Amino acid sequence: MLDLTFEPPKPKVIAGAKYDWELVIGLEVHAQVSSNAKLFSGASTKFGAEPNSNVAFVDAAMPGMLPVINEFCVAQAVRTGLGINAEINKWSAFDRKNYFYPDLPQGYQISQLYHPIVGEGEIIVDMGPGVARRVRIERIHLEQDAGKSIHDMDPNMSFVDLNRTGVALMEIVSRPDIRGPEEAAAYVGKLRQILRYLGTCDGNMQNGNLRCDVNVSICRQGAYEKFIETGDFGHLGTRCEIKNMNSMRFIQQAIEYEARRQIQIVEGGGKVDQETRLYDPDKGETRSMRSKEEAHDYRYFPCPDLLPLEIDDSFIEDIRASLPELPDQKKARFVTELGLSEYDASVLTAEVEAADYFEAVAAGRDGKLAANWVINELFGRLKKDNKDITESPVSPEQLGKIVGLISSDAISGKIAKDLFEIVYTEGGDPEAIVEERGMKQVTDTGAIEAAVIEVIEANPAQVEKAKANPKLAGWFVGQVMKVTGGKANPKAVNDLVMAKLGL
Amino acid sequence: MSIDTGTAAKVAKLARIKVEDDQLPALAEEFNRILGFIEQLGEVDVEGVEPMTSVAPQRLKRREDVVTDGGYQDKVLSNAPDAREGFFAVPKVVE
Repeated sequence: MLDLTFEPPKPKVIAGAKYDWELVIGLEVHAQVSSNAKLFSGASTKFGAEPNSNVAFVDAAMPGMLPVINEFCVAQAVRTGLGINAEINKWSAFDRKNYFYPDLPQGYQISQLYHPIVGEGEIIVDMGPGVARRVRIERIHLEQDAGKSIHDMDPNMSFVDLNRTGVALMEIVSRPDIRGPEEAAAYVGKLRQILRYLGTCDGNMQNGNLRCDVNVSICRQGAYEKFIETGDFGHLGTRCEIKNMNSMRFIQQAIEYEARRQIQIVEGGGKVDQETRLYDPDKGETRSMRSKEEAHDYRYFPCPDLLPLEIDDSFIEDIRASLPELPDQKKARFVTELGLSEYDASVLTAEVEAADYFEAVAAGRDGKLAANWVINELFGRLKKDNKDITESPVSPEQLGKIVGLISSDAISGKIAKDLFEIVYTEGGDPEAIVEERGMKQVTDTGAIEAAVIEVIEANPAQVEKAKANPKLAGWFVGQVMKVTGGKANPKAVNDLVMAKLGL
Repeated sequence: MSIDTGTAAKVAKLARIKVEDDQLPALAEEFNRILGFIEQLGEVDVEGVEPMTSVAPQRLKRREDVVTDGGYQDKVLSNAPDAREGFFAVPKVVE
């Protein structure tokens, strides 16, 4: 496998009143598994249905109903594990996590505390060309999502919708390897990218299909290295957990605020309490969720309704064989085989649809030129119209032809932009448009020479000025380009202008 | 292991079962008898014995990823003490 080399980024340092502080961050990401039916029932997972219509009696926890596992959800978890180079546990088991809440009709969540399906893996979090953080993954387990409570429909009541109850979630738990707010957001971004490449989670954060809990603590410089060496958490500060965030921006803001809050406490001689906190984006601060503390006694025990989940090698190998090329591999290939810069390769591989589009444009053509056109012209134009790559009016075949026309010197770069705009707004075959509208580049030096002479003869005053100051020769090049409708080869024009002016 | 009245009160609270204070000593005593009974199992030597997960040798049953259930909002809500506009309506719970 291709691999790009990288250096780790510097940890973020926050200056307190007395000392410089570093951050230590670990994330638990809850990713909704892309599936048709729920983890243990045959009810639909579709978002936005009528309340309580995607609910089976199993989900509503009617007495006597028994869970039966959806094998595809298991496959999706294994697929995710393989996508982050993790160990797959052929034997895993389900436990009950007990707590009471109106959107949890069972009174417990079926989860995998003791024997998760996926063990240790890792994710390379890109922070810029040549700079990346290797974040170790501790585990991924399968569990049920809870329902949704709506608090603003009635002043005295909460409304509960169980449509999401029982939908499969993967909880992806990282080691405390993340060292700053930007890294945390980049980690979520990279994880989301991998999940979307794999097709195991759609990554829609707005709908809550990807949300995370962030553990934050602070330490003095040098302490983290001691922790890594010894594995002793005693070298780190007390951590606080910020619950349930579904926006990259809020994740960064919450971590920043929380770190400063802890620094203030510790420098003031106080002690940070280990607790669960909630980020309030309106106030830009985190606050304690005291009520959650007692509920933390979840009294886990093995779920008696479910036998252990055993999978065999062929189940795993079939999934491995169907893995797509993942972002890191794709990026490395774009750099080494197509000659792109690491930055351009990152941009093009961010979304799998964009990467596929680019590859179709670049097939059999100049990769760098194709990358420039996809990134600068196409992405820029789509952004202006607020369009997604999947909604592009220009197909990869069309853009590929435009790139091909530039490479063969059939059209100039300037004309290519006009051509792109025509194809974008009117459609059509770029090669035919160039023929029909006479957009071909004039490389015939005779024709260009005639235009140069014409411009020089019509502007004797400018000729004198240019002879005194050769920098002004550019004016003639511009005039000739104008006369030829931009179709003259700029380099040929330049050479001829210089020769005719005797410069 | 010994259960005192404080532990009994905590377990009752976590299970959302209301137990009057004067009932707690009896409850704790009951827990202790149950646990004592279970602890007898610890006397058996299980060295080298695989933990049994099922009385019959069977594999966890699986289902296919096909929507086969749901679509009966009325039935789901029929036991609810209060339901409005398709939702369960419960006393306000907000963090």
